[in-house]
Amino acid sequence: MTTLTKTEDAPAPTGPESFLSVRDLKVQFSTEDGIVKAVDGLSFDVERGKTLGIVGESGSGKSVTNLTILGLHSPRSTTVEGEIVLDGKELVTASERELERLRGNKMAMIFQDPLTALSPFYTVGRQLSEPYMKHTGASKKEARDRAVQMLEKVGIPQPKMRFDDYPHQFSGGMRQRAMIAMALMCDPDLLIADEPTTALDVTVQAQILDLLKDLQQEFGSAIIFITHDLGVISTMADDLLVMYAGRAIERGSVREVMREPRHPYTWGLLSSMPRLDSDVDEALTPIPGSPPSLLNPPTGCPFHPRCAFRDEVPGTLCTDTRPSLGDGRAAACHLTAEQKQTIFIDKIQPRLR
Amino acid sequence: MLQFIFRRSVGAVVTLFLLGAVTFFLFVAAPSDYASLACGKDCSPQRLHDIREALGLDQPLAQQFWNFMSGIVMGRDFPTGHCNAPCLGVSFYSGDPVWSTIMDRFPTTLTLTLGGAVVFLVVGVGAGMLAAYKRGSMVDKVATGASMVLSSFQIYFLGPIVLIIFVYSTGWMDNPQYHPITDDPIKWFTGLLLPTLVMATIFTAQYTRMARSSMIEQMAEEHVRTARAKGMSSKYVFFRYAWRGALIPIVTVLGIDISSMLGGAVVTEITFSLQGIGRLAVDGASHKDLPLTMGVMLFGAFFILIFNILTDIAYAYIDPRVRLS
Repeated sequence: MTTLTKTEDAPAPTGPESFLSVRDLKVQFSTEDGIVKAVDGLSFDVERGKTLGIVGESGSGKSVTNLTILGLHSPRSTTVEGEIVLDGKELVTASERELERLRGNKMAMIFQDPLTALSPFYTVGRQLSEPYMKHTGASKKEARDRAVQMLEKVGIPQPKMRFDDYPHQFSGGMRQRAMIAMALMCDPDLLIADEPTTALDVTVQAQILDLLKDLQQEFGSAIIFITHDLGVISTMADDLLVMYAGRAIERGSVREVMREPRHPYTWGLLSSMPRLDSDVDEALTPIPGSPPSLLNPPTGCPFHPRCAFRDEVPGTLCTDTRPSLGDGRAAACHLTAEQKQTIFIDKIQPRLR
Repeated sequence: MLQFIFRRSVGAVVTLFLLGAVTFFLFVAAPSDYASLACGKDCSPQRLHDIREALGLDQPLAQQFWNFMSGIVMGRDFPTGHCNAPCLGVSFYSGDPVWSTIMDRFPTTLTLTLGGAVVFLVVGVGAGMLAAYKRGSMVDKVATGASMVLSSFQIYFLGPIVLIIFVYSTGWMDNPQYHPITDDPIKWFTGLLLPTLVMATIFTAQYTRMARSSMIEQMAEEHVRTARAKGMSSKYVFFRYAWRGALIPIVTVLGIDISSMLGGAVVTEITFSLQGIGRLAVDGASHKDLPLTMGVMLFGAFFILIFNILTDIAYAYIDPRVRLS
């Protein structure tokens, strides 16, 4: 992110002037086994022209959060509480019709697997044109011109001919480009990219990331970038939100969180990341245990069953009190600031180098 | 596409030939000698020989088979006269040409099949889609419940009940019977209304369940979610994106159902005492009437192969991934 000024101070949740602000979001599914608390009290903000990275393991609530912003959860089995305000418009209570007008228009989503996320039954061109015609009232011809222009912009060769191709005639990388073109058809102010490069091989991945960055500069959209790949996030995002068990457990600018993480879970994440410059013989350090069941999340701090530093916290604080995530640069952990500092310098940093 | 149709048609002809061969030799291998059956208890060897000769059973098997198969293409001469192509031989039992017997019976079966298909496609698929669209609602519960109950019924159970109510006790309808549409369209319609509806009821229930479940399955597809993420209305997404995928299983089953019904809706025809292809097939087998059985079997197989090809063409139309370049 070269041209964007980086805010060194924290992305503090600062009231309603943020472009997108999510406040105390709770998403619950009722299933046969009980109630799944997929997202539990999540708050964050995204500004125009900025990228917020959300990282976390599978099932940490990343995707659910973003589907909820778009209103794509199934209304029958899902309850949503809290506030999602996009450019002054409250989305949780918005009607389906209002959401339809916003989706694909003001806010758009790039999905993880472009093979399954594009319909096999219609041409790429048609799938691109549809939302443009719906949201702008453009004619078929205008929509076609726009779609060809967007396909060209995302780097698809011979866009005029490719317009009439079906998704299965595209390669994986091209499909993801088409997907991005589709999301950008109506110049959305908010772009949610849900692991947009996970299904692609590494060279294509880099191209797609570059493309997203270029397009953000051009259109000035806010981007929420969901991934479990910390390497990708460090090149893409301005701010970072680490999620665990449906909650935000650490927040800060990318540089802050990557250089000096403050939550034992983030330490674990960073330690388990393979590095090109590390010794081949050096084993990666996985986080022990497995992600908690969201049907029955642990009491207190959701990470305590897997936390290696639980003993450092006096008493039963970890098991019965949920640590709060303060404003700004923060981590939801009962360890004191000094403890974190000492542990990080003594035990974690040597592993990261 | 033309090349595809041609290739498949050639395949179908070969399949028909092989099917004919298997049927023929199985029938001959079975302990069923029509000649001695026709000859009766006190049969003199001379009389048996005469009957065999008259039926062509004295010839070598290969010759008999060849005569039968070539007759379909080129026609055939019998002592009683010439039989035009497609000649399926002459029934041992009735002495009538098999082809003309089939053609006499076919309109009944065709009417039943097409009438039934219209009902179960419109009502069955319609109800299934509605139930899927309003999933979890009262409409869905009623449709699901009713289709559960109805699909566990049988034609031979529902049929007599309907006959008792509408024909025997109230006299609202005549006993079901086929009238050619060219004679009297109204009688054609009312004549087969009860059997068609009874048969369609069972199928409707199955199609409702199938349409509902495949629509629900499709609604959960990722590309359907993408369409919603683009801001397309839920109706549009339902009818354009989900429907397209849900069509594939429906078309598959439809092709199988229609083709097997055209080859004879046996249970319906017998329940309602109708003279259709299914009835003919049962008669042919029970009379050990080789030419009739062969004829009906090949006739049914013909439809199965035709609808197989039609189903594949429909797939290509629905799903561009199977489109042949």
